[in-house]
Amino acid sequence: MTKKLIMLLCLVIISSSLAIGQEAIPDSAGLAPPAPAPPTNVRVVDRPNDAGHGLIVKWDLSPDDSAGLNNVAIYEVFRAGSPDGEFISRGVVPRGITEYVDFDETEPNSEHPNPNFMPVNSTWFYKILAISDNQVRSEFSSVASGTTIENWIHTGKIPIGVAAITFTVFLIIFISSARKGKKMYVRPLAGINAVDDAIGRATEMGKPILYILGLGTAGDIATIAGFTILSRVAKRTAEYQTKVIVPVQDPVVLAVAQETVRTAYLEAGRPDQYNPENVFFVTSMQFPYVAAVNGIMLREHPATNFYMGVFYAESLILAETGNIAGSIQISGTDQVAQLPFFVAATDYTLIGEELYAASAYLSQEPVQLGTLKAQDYTKAIVMAFIILGAIAITAGWPFLRNLVTINL
Amino acid sequence: MKREIPLMIVMVTGIIMFLQYFFPGRFLFIPFISSEKLFEFLNDWVMVIGILSLPLGIWSLLKANVNKLKAADERFYSAILLMGFLVMVISGWMPEWRTKGVHLAIFQSVLIPIQSTIFSLLAFFVASAAYRAFRARSVLATILLLTAFIIMMRFIPMGPISDINNWLVEKILMVPNMAAKRAIAMGIALGATATAIKIILGIERTYMGRD
Repeated sequence: MTKKLIMLLCLVIISSSLAIGQEAIPDSAGLAPPAPAPPTNVRVVDRPNDAGHGLIVKWDLSPDDSAGLNNVAIYEVFRAGSPDGEFISRGVVPRGITEYVDFDETEPNSEHPNPNFMPVNSTWFYKILAISDNQVRSEFSSVASGTTIENWIHTGKIPIGVAAITFTVFLIIFISSARKGKKMYVRPLAGINAVDDAIGRATEMGKPILYILGLGTAGDIATIAGFTILSRVAKRTAEYQTKVIVPVQDPVVLAVAQETVRTAYLEAGRPDQYNPENVFFVTSMQFPYVAAVNGIMLREHPATNFYMGVFYAESLILAETGNIAGSIQISGTDQVAQLPFFVAATDYTLIGEELYAASAYLSQEPVQLGTLKAQDYTKAIVMAFIILGAIAITAGWPFLRNLVTINL
Repeated sequence: MKREIPLMIVMVTGIIMFLQYFFPGRFLFIPFISSEKLFEFLNDWVMVIGILSLPLGIWSLLKANVNKLKAADERFYSAILLMGFLVMVISGWMPEWRTKGVHLAIFQSVLIPIQSTIFSLLAFFVASAAYRAFRARSVLATILLLTAFIIMMRFIPMGPISDINNWLVEKILMVPNMAAKRAIAMGIALGATATAIKIILGIERTYMGRD
């Protein structure tokens, strides 16, 4: 009993000392430091472009923030469901800031209650106080209220919508003109031109072709572009009766790759040559995948290695091993950080958009070439905006910047 | 119909995913359809498909390696793989082994060190690739070599060797290097958008197994 009393006493002493720690720290003369003035003109507005679960609290700085007593350190924002209800602290912001965004979209349920959640069309009341660097709190500001409103359209994303519509219009125009028989010039790409030569080399040497789709999923655009080139390569290997090995690291990619190769063999008129075991799953882990593929390179000595898709740190390990194995190597990725490695270690590299454009280059279909033209024209517009933007910002005209700014 | 139905699913899903991006609240102003919930619902399907396809991957792996047991030159690797697979699956089923037993021991003492070893090869391959890339065989290669030398001097442990070196490296990285990176990024963004639109409109359909 005595021990419990002593412990209780200790707890009381510790907690009271902690509570004292929160109080104002007296100055050297023993006088309590002055409290700052509270912020003024508090107002609450709906948070724009959301589903109706956020509010923005705004205020004018306390007269003692960077002026007057110059002792404001932070502002603390409080919220309540009614003007007379219990105000709960929602957060703090440093001095000089005049805005606090109160936003929590996580809808509560019976298992996970969320008191911070604000339903659509609910009204909330806010007040703010300033706290000095000596922990002295000001009086509360006046109470302001705001109602959450559901925004139907995200106005900050309108430039994206306009750009996408413009691009689609270009696509439709060029596709229809291509269908009418208009010839379209596309500059030659060394990497694409080398595809057929590389397949021919493998045939002459009697060695297989290794096709690596990278570590992306079937939803990655680069992997989809990789399937397109795989289709072409598999069709040629079927014609030349050359083996193509496709080790993959994702089961969905495996299914698509198997179907792509099978169809290519079917279209080449050699369905009997298709061996599903040449397109196989290795592992989903990055470096075990690299170890397996490197092993294949050093055992099989493929004549040609294709790297088409999403690559990360394994890009250089694969490409250098392929180089040691003496293979011709063609790479393509949209991972900017891996491009220098591929450029240094492989014979041909498709840089970013060239990989996406491969589909049009390889098929030479007018419709596909039309999409390349649409891309070029959109790029010209983007370039024009960059030049105009640079001029406008230099001249101090923010109109153009505001027009194209995306507020996510 | 075998091709039309998947194409229709792709088109409808693609258009829904594009439009929901612009509607923070109700999708297309339709009551009771939350844009966010719709997005989560469709993304959940991606996960469901991924999980359902996992047995396909495991089947492919086992089939390929069981067949390789017949080939004398690859028998050894396949046997090790199949043995490792069985040990990890069986030990993973035992709750007490999962946290403090064979399963964890193999993971921590075999798999992680092997992965680190493969990753560490990168250091050597960077050196060999750099040696080939930086040989001064042409004017452009010489410029590349000089630029690399200036930048290396900034980042080696004893660098930067002077204030001029520091200033020059900052300029190289922030002006020509950044400009090239942004140009590539812009091309990638437009190319990805074009490919996405082609897929939604059904122009690009090689991912379905044919041109």
